Amino acid sequence: MTEETHLEPVAEGPCEKNTRRPFLIAAGAAGLAYVAALVYPIYRYLASPEEMEMNVAAVTKVPLKDAQKLPPGSVQMFKFGSAPAMLIHHKDGRWIAMTAVCTHLGCTVQYEPEADRIHCACHGGVYNAYTGANVSGPPPRPLKLFKVDVTDTGVDVSRA
Amino acid sequence: MTLKAVYDWVDERLGLSELVAFARHKTVPIHSGSHWYYWGGLSLFFFMVQCLTGVLLLIYYRPGAEAYESVRQITFVMHFGWLIRSIHAWSASLMIFSILVHMFSVFFMKAYRKPREFGWFSGLALLGLAVTFGFSGYLLPMDELSYFATKVGLEIPASVPVIGSAVANMLRGGLDVNEFTVQRFFALHVVILPAIFLPLLGFHLWLVQRHGNAAPPSVEALPPAERKSEPFVPNFMFKDMAMWLIALNVLTLLAAVLPWSLGKPYDALAPAPLGIHPEWYFMSPFEMLKLIGAVLPGSAGEIAGLMLVNVGVVLWLLIPFYDSTRESERRGRVANYFGLLLIFVLLATTAIGYWTVR
Repeated sequence: MTEETHLEPVAEGPCEKNTRRPFLIAAGAAGLAYVAALVYPIYRYLASPEEMEMNVAAVTKVPLKDAQKLPPGSVQMFKFGSAPAMLIHHKDGRWIAMTAVCTHLGCTVQYEPEADRIHCACHGGVYNAYTGANVSGPPPRPLKLFKVDVTDTGVDVSRA
Repeated sequence: MTLKAVYDWVDERLGLSELVAFARHKTVPIHSGSHWYYWGGLSLFFFMVQCLTGVLLLIYYRPGAEAYESVRQITFVMHFGWLIRSIHAWSASLMIFSILVHMFSVFFMKAYRKPREFGWFSGLALLGLAVTFGFSGYLLPMDELSYFATKVGLEIPASVPVIGSAVANMLRGGLDVNEFTVQRFFALHVVILPAIFLPLLGFHLWLVQRHGNAAPPSVEALPPAERKSEPFVPNFMFKDMAMWLIALNVLTLLAAVLPWSLGKPYDALAPAPLGIHPEWYFMSPFEMLKLIGAVLPGSAGEIAGLMLVNVGVVLWLLIPFYDSTRESERRGRVANYFGLLLIFVLLATTAIGYWTVR
């Protein structure tokens, strides 16, 4: 490992330093490349499920077969990409779809038909069941609405 | 706060300077057979690779009924999963190969003699555990090959009179290899064996520090002034690291060019595939049992074969008691012949085994 000290010096003084420095830089670079070649596959391997979820999360439209049969005053939970969402058929006949992830700390919220509101059991956040607006409690932002298309065979929910 | 101050603070509490002083005094003998000293370190290196890749596989592996599906996922879905699995499989083989080379080099250097007997015993125990690691890990993918390898392998304890079938059923978790078997082999492979292996490895390495590397008798016979040695830190350590780097390159090359395959999922009703044979490190005992079975058919042959293998292992284990000092040259020679005979038998039976694979 100390080979370079036995090299014949071409000249006295600073030149000896010149033979050592490029060697050390090259060795350091090779070492770094080696570490990168080890770390990169491990990182990609560990990140695989995340990447798969990203692909799922990238969807823009979710068809819900037979959801048009949902009775008024009830809710159907479904997955929009990788996150839970809900389709509400209101008593007045309106169809509303929105994300079901509380904007406070990520709990899944629930539709309460009696109170006609959306409630988060974790910290008592309340949202408007028509607009998704945060009404009371800790949630800082409203729930995002989706676009709803009711057809004869089902309900298509898509990104607004 | 300077680096020196931090060092002093830790040193005062943990006694680092004692370790540094110890490392500075550690030396490694230099002689014509010095290159054999790398094989213990190489075994350790491959074991560390096994720990790392094993933990990575554990992240996606699911034992029990989903075992095959999870290995399929690791191999074909997860990025670089095929490479990590392949490295784990190749490193297992290379680890056992390194341990065998290490064992024979220790044997012929007579490094099992006083005061290193415990190094020999613990080393053989580590080899036994490594082979058990191999056997239990082989089942985990639950493909055709793992299924039949485990089925056949467990016939060996099953052939022991009286208690045999109870032992085999206990290992299998049933009368045949199934989901329960893979679940308990998994527990064995990732919890029980490591829990025994690691402290034993620590003991083995501690003994090496305590007694240092043994030199062969011809070198030990020299007067101290003629014996050469080099410091472990940094001279031998750098050479060791260089060997590890070469080992890593060989390992990744093998794993990338010859990736470990995944067979069809196991099917208890499917016949064994043609050309099925044990891993190379099980070939020799397998073939020995087969050869003895050809001479002595039936259960008498099975028992005779088991007895012979076991007597061989016990004699090998007890060699430090027979050939214990430099004084008896005759015993030293007999031990050498025994070692050569064992190498010959291992190589010959392995060759016959591969020769007769259909």
